[in-house]
Amino acid sequence: MILALLLSLTLRGVFRPGEMLGFLNSPPIRYALALSLGSSALTAVLSVVFAVPIGYFMSRFRFPGKAFIDALLDIPIVLPPMVVGLGLLLFFMTPIGKGIEEHVRVTNAIPSVVLAQLTVAAAFAVRMMRSVFERVDPRLEQVALTLGCSRGQAFFQVILPEVAPGMLAAWSLSWARAIGEFGPVLLFAGATRYRTEVLPSTIYLELAIGNLNGALAVSLLMVAVSFIVLMLIRAGGGMRGAMG
Amino acid sequence: MMALENIVIQQGAFRLEDINLHVPTGAYAVLMGKTGCGKTTLLELFCGLRKAASGNVILRGEDVTRLPPGARSIGYVPQDHVLFPRMTVAEQLGFAPKIQKWKKEDIRQRVAELSERLGIQHLLDRTPQFLSGGESQRVALGRALAVRPSILCLDEPLSALDEDTHDDLMNLLKSLQESEDLTLFHITHSRREADRLATQRIELTDGTLQSEETHHVD
Repeated sequence: MILALLLSLTLRGVFRPGEMLGFLNSPPIRYALALSLGSSALTAVLSVVFAVPIGYFMSRFRFPGKAFIDALLDIPIVLPPMVVGLGLLLFFMTPIGKGIEEHVRVTNAIPSVVLAQLTVAAAFAVRMMRSVFERVDPRLEQVALTLGCSRGQAFFQVILPEVAPGMLAAWSLSWARAIGEFGPVLLFAGATRYRTEVLPSTIYLELAIGNLNGALAVSLLMVAVSFIVLMLIRAGGGMRGAMG
Repeated sequence: MMALENIVIQQGAFRLEDINLHVPTGAYAVLMGKTGCGKTTLLELFCGLRKAASGNVILRGEDVTRLPPGARSIGYVPQDHVLFPRMTVAEQLGFAPKIQKWKKEDIRQRVAELSERLGIQHLLDRTPQFLSGGESQRVALGRALAVRPSILCLDEPLSALDEDTHDDLMNLLKSLQESEDLTLFHITHSRREADRLATQRIELTDGTLQSEETHHVD
């Protein structure tokens, strides 16, 4: 499909590889690429850090209000992306948000990019880790307890190695979600060059000024980067291990 | 010895009450009863994996009702063995000693001793997916016995095994009881296992325990 698109665009004179390479090598695009890769990797790590305890807790324990908490955790998945961004923006206008900003600059800075990506990506990671934990036999922990483990030891020495492939899969799912995140990032972090501009924002900005060739170059770059990263993870067995 | 005193268990609609049981030191107790009557619940009560609504659990003369599973010095072999999927046989056997901070040399010796005793020396580098049912059962027994507990609880340990393997493992259990100086609590549906192994037969019927000492003949 991509080859057919490139062929069609080449014939129409839109796809000009030399010009595209020059565009991709320009400092603002290199910055956007670095920010996209860095923020997505950090977002994916943070997503897994949240998803492991929450997914474990939701899969193992019953408590009053569990259905409500469950629905709450899924809200970022079903909300329109713009609403997520608007929600974050409004939150940082509240006294709590302003209090946070007194210590750490969030809005219109790199942390806002990570936070916008994290809000959605973490929800996917939690959903995935929960289903991974549900597939682990709880009797493994019971046996570990009878062998002298504390609950913490049983979790870290027996359960965590079991779900390690699932964690890698959750990381890659979060990463893929984060690198393509556009709506919440644009609304909450903006698209300031050399500050909060990520690759999806670049595509939008280049299209807005009629630079189809530039938008196409960045799109192809994103396809290539995503493909390489996901292939590397697949080669490591992460997705296969988690999906069975 | 193992004992339950005035135990009441409530799990949703399921209820067992006024459960009293005494298994003397060195006995081979075999518990039988219909599926879903609460046999595994009683075994898990001894292991500390389930809490009673009231009553006391006594092991070796000590009230362990409030002790966590790891502090009860009890070996546990669950149904289907439940081996740790990513550990080799050697790691499974060395797991409990490692958790209990044994010295490396002592762990190595215990793994060697157990694997020889159980006839699984050739399996030490394998993971559970490459073990047969009988081999898995031997590994599960070794893992449970690694730190030399004086009590061993077995939940239908010999189900789904072919007849020869079944007989071999019954012989192994009997000889382990003598060599490791064990008190055993064994759940089964098999009268043959009970006839062969039990020195104390216990029946759980309609929430009532009936215990009978038997004179086992080899």
